[in-house]
Amino acid sequence: MGSSVRASREAPRAPDPIQLVAPDGTPTAEDRYRRDLPPETLAWLYESMVVTRELDTEFVNLQRQGELALFASCRGQEAAQIGAAASLRKTDWLFPQYREIGAVLLRGLSPAQIGAVWRGRWHGGLGFTDKCVAPISIPIGTQTLHAVGAAMAAQRLGEHSVTLAFLGDGATSEGDVHEALNFAAVFNAPCIFFVQNNHWAISVPVERQMAVSSIAQRAPGYGMSGIRVDGNDVLACFAVTAEAAQRAREGGGPTLIEAVTYRMGPHTTSDDPTRYRSRAEVDVWEARDPIARYRTYLRSVGVWTERLEERVGARAKRLRTELRESIVGADDFDIADMFDTVYQDITPDLAAQRDQLLAELAKEA
Amino acid sequence: MTQIIERPPLHDDDAPEPGRGLLTPVPQAPTLTLTMVAAINRALHDAMAADDRVLVFGEDVATLGGVFRVTEGLAETFGVDRCFDTPLAESAIIGIAIGMAIRGLRPVPEIQFDGFAAPAFDQIVSHLAKYRMRTRGDVDMPVTIRIPSFGGIGAVEHHSESTETYWLHTAGLKVVTPSTPPDAYWLLRHAIAGSDPVIYLEPKRRYWAREAVDTVTPGLPIGRAAIRRVGEHATVVAYGSLVATALNAADVAAERHGWSLEVVDLRSLNPLDFDTVAESVRRTGRAVVMHEGPRTLGFGAELAARISEELFYDLEAPVLRATGFDTPYPPARLEKLWLPGVDRLLDCVDRAMRQP
Repeated sequence: MGSSVRASREAPRAPDPIQLVAPDGTPTAEDRYRRDLPPETLAWLYESMVVTRELDTEFVNLQRQGELALFASCRGQEAAQIGAAASLRKTDWLFPQYREIGAVLLRGLSPAQIGAVWRGRWHGGLGFTDKCVAPISIPIGTQTLHAVGAAMAAQRLGEHSVTLAFLGDGATSEGDVHEALNFAAVFNAPCIFFVQNNHWAISVPVERQMAVSSIAQRAPGYGMSGIRVDGNDVLACFAVTAEAAQRAREGGGPTLIEAVTYRMGPHTTSDDPTRYRSRAEVDVWEARDPIARYRTYLRSVGVWTERLEERVGARAKRLRTELRESIVGADDFDIADMFDTVYQDITPDLAAQRDQLLAELAKEA
Repeated sequence: MTQIIERPPLHDDDAPEPGRGLLTPVPQAPTLTLTMVAAINRALHDAMAADDRVLVFGEDVATLGGVFRVTEGLAETFGVDRCFDTPLAESAIIGIAIGMAIRGLRPVPEIQFDGFAAPAFDQIVSHLAKYRMRTRGDVDMPVTIRIPSFGGIGAVEHHSESTETYWLHTAGLKVVTPSTPPDAYWLLRHAIAGSDPVIYLEPKRRYWAREAVDTVTPGLPIGRAAIRRVGEHATVVAYGSLVATALNAADVAAERHGWSLEVVDLRSLNPLDFDTVAESVRRTGRAVVMHEGPRTLGFGAELAARISEELFYDLEAPVLRATGFDTPYPPARLEKLWLPGVDRLLDCVDRAMRQP
């Protein structure tokens, strides 16, 4: 299909994203979403973003050193992830894709837990649900339906919790995401769809995913609120997600949030983005870096200090060490666990297959 | 969109036509004479009454009571919070069930017809089946998917499919199919009470079969087969709709040929009760496996391989298969010719009996 198909239509212009801090670190005129967060919270958001990036860097290093099978970097998306996750309560459920290192770290998952998947020790996410985080979901967009079901369960259980599904611009092309948005609206589910529009689904640009210029504009078509936010502005992401969560808690139903951000790195460590995008484009987004921007802002309001930077740096270093120590040379799980965790009680046939494998291994030993 | 399907004329091997009164309320009594539809309805009702985490949802299940009336009365009795109609989207029906199960509920979603399970395939095989293993046992997945299944009712396209092979080839799912009203009741109760995902295939062709159902004494668990008829010359392994066909064939075989057929009803395809199959085949020395779905890589292929691997020296004849053909499911006017019936099964038995 040529691009002429698109040229015949005129999509409405995308609304300007909600922005509280401009890329140069100065406050914008936006008023509706401005909140007076205490300095500790402002510092916590900063610390979470920096730690996420540092850990992300360590993950890439470990992959390059052959300690991890693969890694999907979230570099550039720290503000979106931290802003969204930080605005929720610990009893609100997160349904990540696979790139949400920042969000799950903020929830208190350890580097070792996050790293287990990428080393290929185990699938999914071990102990994630203890922190109200679903295991990662690699089939694109499928987790949005789980988030809706969990939100409906919260209604049924009489909780005031909300669920938040992370998804990307590419995921919005999947049928499951359409079904999830529709179900959430029909059942008025307390569910937030947090789309990180990072402009690329592996090598396919967002313009090829959809003929509209804004994902958030689709929300009214489902009968829900939609909002477009600067995904590189942590305070804006925090504020719009907090508002969506409050609305959901009060019975106001789901919200579709489009956080406009950029995937600074490759899709995964196996990808080579120089084959499909220009250095100039990456440079434009480099100048909008979420962490540098927020640091400038914090300095201007007197929250950023050398002391804060030292504290953040020390924690980042500690977590990088913790990650490295938990990954390098980590023991593999027992192969018998593969068989023992398929069903609550192993079936007779599966037990026989497990014993066959164990006998094979005993012979080799 | 699907319409309710009128009951077709009887097949030769069909169960006797039930009387009216399918939907009349049944009195509270341990043993009731129920159609399979009513037995499933009763099981849903009793499971919902026993545990308020049990939810029933799907297309047309609440106000209408299901296109086969299997869910009739549940919304009225338990409220639309616990039995509700969903938008028409099968992937979502299963996807939300997974999310609910993560939060500790026990959803019993319905896929309206076998052929419409296809849109839910990704949620079932990529998530539902794998969730426990991929969390290393952290998360239970107590989801029971009811699917009115198989052919023989004169339905339009996509309403007569055999889907069991897909589920059986997916680790993490349990797959059951009842052949009688009591089994329909108890297999469903066991499925809902368990902690693993269960695909519960309802043989539409036997929906109107009637039998006494004891709703107090628990029936055989999932993972156990039942010998429906004891015989000595050959073992017929069947499940779902075809158990009745096999029993009819056994009558004909005894009358016309003097062959005594043993009929094993698998009930539970995974976990498979191979011990019961093996014990029977050891005694008879001959095995014929039946299923409606296409022959290639159907469950019959697995059973035949397994019997050959483990019982080769007990066999008097090769394991044979009486199945559907490797075509798409036929139009209603042709399905009688296509489906494995008494004659196709007895042809197989004849071949097995003629072996030296």
